[in-house]
Amino acid sequence: MHIFGNRLLVLMLTALSVAGCGTLPKQPDSAEQVHETTLANGLKILVKVDRRAPIVVSQVWYKVGGSYEPSGRTGLSHVLEHMMFKGTEQLGPNEFSRVIAANGGRENAFTGRDYTAYFQRLEKSRLPISFKLESDRMQNLKLNLGEFKKEVEVVKEERRLRTDDRPEAQVYEKFMATAFRASNYRNPIIGWPQDLEAMQLQDLEAWYRRYYAPNNATLVVAGDVDPDEVFALAERYFGKLPRRELAPAADVAEPPQDAPRRLELRLPAKVPYLLMGFHVPSMNADDPDNWEPYALEILAYILDGGKSARLPRRLVREQRIASSVGVGYDPVSRLSTLLIINGHPANGKSIAELEAALQAEIERLKAEPVSPQELDRVKAQIVASNVFERDSVFYQAMKLGELETVGLDWRLESQMVDRLRAVTAEQVLRVAQKYLVSENMTVAVLAPQAIGARDG
Amino acid sequence: MVDFLPARICLLLLGLCVSAATVAAPDIQHWLTKNGARVYFVAAHELPMVSISLAFDAGSARDPGNRLGLAHLTNTLMEEGAGDRSGEQISEGLESIGAQLQSNNGRDMSVFELRTLSDPNVLDTSVGILGDVIGRPQFPAAALERERDRVLVALQRQQQSPRDLVRQVFFKSLFAGHPYSKPPMGEAEGVKAIVRQDLIDFHRRYFVAANGVVAIVGDLNRQRAEQIAQRLVAALPRGGAAPGMSDVSQPAGPRESSIDFPSQQSHLLMGQPGVARGDPDYFPLYVGNHILGGSGLISRLAVEIREKRGLAYSAYSYFVAMRARGPFAVGLQTRNDQLETAADIAAQTLVRFVEQGPTAQELEAAKKNITGGFPLLIDSNSKIADYLMHIGFYELPLNYLQEYPANIEAVTVDDVTDAFRRRVDPKRLVRVIVGDNSG
Repeated sequence: MHIFGNRLLVLMLTALSVAGCGTLPKQPDSAEQVHETTLANGLKILVKVDRRAPIVVSQVWYKVGGSYEPSGRTGLSHVLEHMMFKGTEQLGPNEFSRVIAANGGRENAFTGRDYTAYFQRLEKSRLPISFKLESDRMQNLKLNLGEFKKEVEVVKEERRLRTDDRPEAQVYEKFMATAFRASNYRNPIIGWPQDLEAMQLQDLEAWYRRYYAPNNATLVVAGDVDPDEVFALAERYFGKLPRRELAPAADVAEPPQDAPRRLELRLPAKVPYLLMGFHVPSMNADDPDNWEPYALEILAYILDGGKSARLPRRLVREQRIASSVGVGYDPVSRLSTLLIINGHPANGKSIAELEAALQAEIERLKAEPVSPQELDRVKAQIVASNVFERDSVFYQAMKLGELETVGLDWRLESQMVDRLRAVTAEQVLRVAQKYLVSENMTVAVLAPQAIGARDG
Repeated sequence: MVDFLPARICLLLLGLCVSAATVAAPDIQHWLTKNGARVYFVAAHELPMVSISLAFDAGSARDPGNRLGLAHLTNTLMEEGAGDRSGEQISEGLESIGAQLQSNNGRDMSVFELRTLSDPNVLDTSVGILGDVIGRPQFPAAALERERDRVLVALQRQQQSPRDLVRQVFFKSLFAGHPYSKPPMGEAEGVKAIVRQDLIDFHRRYFVAANGVVAIVGDLNRQRAEQIAQRLVAALPRGGAAPGMSDVSQPAGPRESSIDFPSQQSHLLMGQPGVARGDPDYFPLYVGNHILGGSGLISRLAVEIREKRGLAYSAYSYFVAMRARGPFAVGLQTRNDQLETAADIAAQTLVRFVEQGPTAQELEAAKKNITGGFPLLIDSNSKIADYLMHIGFYELPLNYLQEYPANIEAVTVDDVTDAFRRRVDPKRLVRVIVGDNSG
């Protein structure tokens, strides 16, 4: 689970849903429809034209998120995202939202490991409102102590809702902190409870000054718009914001894992749950030709791309060892990441049996190449998904913003289908053999304890 | 420095321009298949894809009292073997051409949604498979045992979630004695009692052409859409529509349930039976609720509970319009020791709204938000397909979308106040709390 929305969750993009989730590619010709410019102050602007409906999506992406936060300061990016709705020198608290609403807009924001993003969806002629408001809060945010004290309580409630009162989310949080020892991916985006307790207004002030600047942001606009008009409009509203000196994130490299790690959490719950993760590379700007992330993506599809993929077919349908099973891998990440398998044992089956069955599937992936039929099926799914995704203007903008913000090139978007289609069975075998090994594995288990509720 | 005052005037002007220029709602074509299924179609040629939704009046409200979970299991098992295909052949047949099939059921509907490329071979293959799933399911015994077990695990998981629990208990209490009290996934006892013949009988009774709706949106013409609709329901007898849903009675007095649960937060839901589809009060209640608790952080409930006091991450209200009156609910979740405070504020906010109604200014803002955002409601094939399905299922007028902005515009302060006073009685609220109330 690695994106937090400010509001009721509009985006349920989790790292733990089906294979290949959230990272599916675009059609080969999409680059032709993307227009790019950079303002003198460093603000990068991407425009994707989609004239199917008279609407526009506007997103501002900042290069800051959970993974930028040092130990003891976790949760800063996300709390700051909440505070971004609390007013500027010109606007009162919550007024941003009122203006957007009065213009028929829908808006929200989300914080991820590698980004913080704000968006509006509007009828197309209202784009200037979005730019006016976003450019204002890029520079003129007013951080008020009273508002902060209330809002940090809201975030603590959010944490209770999302994590503390959900046994599986608690296991995921501890699992990440175990799999990663040094990398900031070990910390929850929403922040550890003690860091939320200790957070001060000055911390937010410094965080805002450090990361909220045009040269640390990407503006993505998609919809029924004219790129040149969008560029001119952006110049008008964002052009006068000063460039700022940026301090790079103090990233800590994750040392190679050399022995399996394992943890068991005993929590009030009903159904056992298993997470099994392996350190794997993500797409990296320094090595854009690395085929491994694409092979890993195909591997995730082979395991869990639909009901006919290996894990649902064998473990759920045939052997009836799992009640549910899923694979998550997000190659569009700034730092090296994890491929994570999760599952619930079937009624009457144990975690040990589920784990053994998953191990057997992993061994099989390492022992023999996937069949041509499986590879064909996965590639057909990738090609079709790429078309289906274009039905969502928001998602098209999201993919561009995400790539750009994690330090990759948005042009990758148009190459992904081809790169995925180029993956061979041999390459899948090689990444399986290289990464799906026990020294590289972390396993976390939820061992349910009686809930002990007495009926009121 | 940005100057906001002139800015907002200019925005208002923009707003006027825009509402003057009407946004075209999609041209909906409607017909019946030979065996009487209602079809709704919108052509959309921009993307080489087709979205198909089928809905049958076969939701959990139709579950027999001793078989709670039958509608859900029927819905789940239809794609686990149909015609000459095994469950695996169905998934593999669809996935090998990139098609995506999802099934789900609620209280009113049993739904199947297919997304596929519009390439003629791909489309034909997926429609052939879906037609079997709808019309010729085999309900293999082994699949029943497996899926039954999976449902039992899913029901167990709900028991570890205070959020699921509060909803379950709320619906049960709110709709006591009415079919809507039956949860979409059923209950363990009923699920355990289901035998294969139950599935066959349920399918035979409710999956008939006259009880179903087909919505098609995508890259194809009318003639092709007619063929596809016909093929999808070809194996179904005409049959008859399910009987009308009985009216939901208002609780005679307040009902209160409290479930002790070892969570850090307490979850509160309170409400009453609300509004049915097609009810003349629908638009006043919808717009009113937008102001009360349906518009995110600027609604009254969110402002009072979250923005002013930091008591909760979410505080909201909603109406769900269903075949019969669906729920009206106010909800929030907060640290256990703050529950009483937050619940009091929510109740006061509701009472004040029912007694005094919205201000003219609030009404204006809500209308602007809803009508100004109208193009966003229909900006993708999948959203349009979903509207078609609802229009068809609830037999709303074909010009529902065209008339939507005008229906919102027509709502007055008095309409809202009057509708809320008649529909929401704060003295007879059903109230459910799940949390640790030991402290």
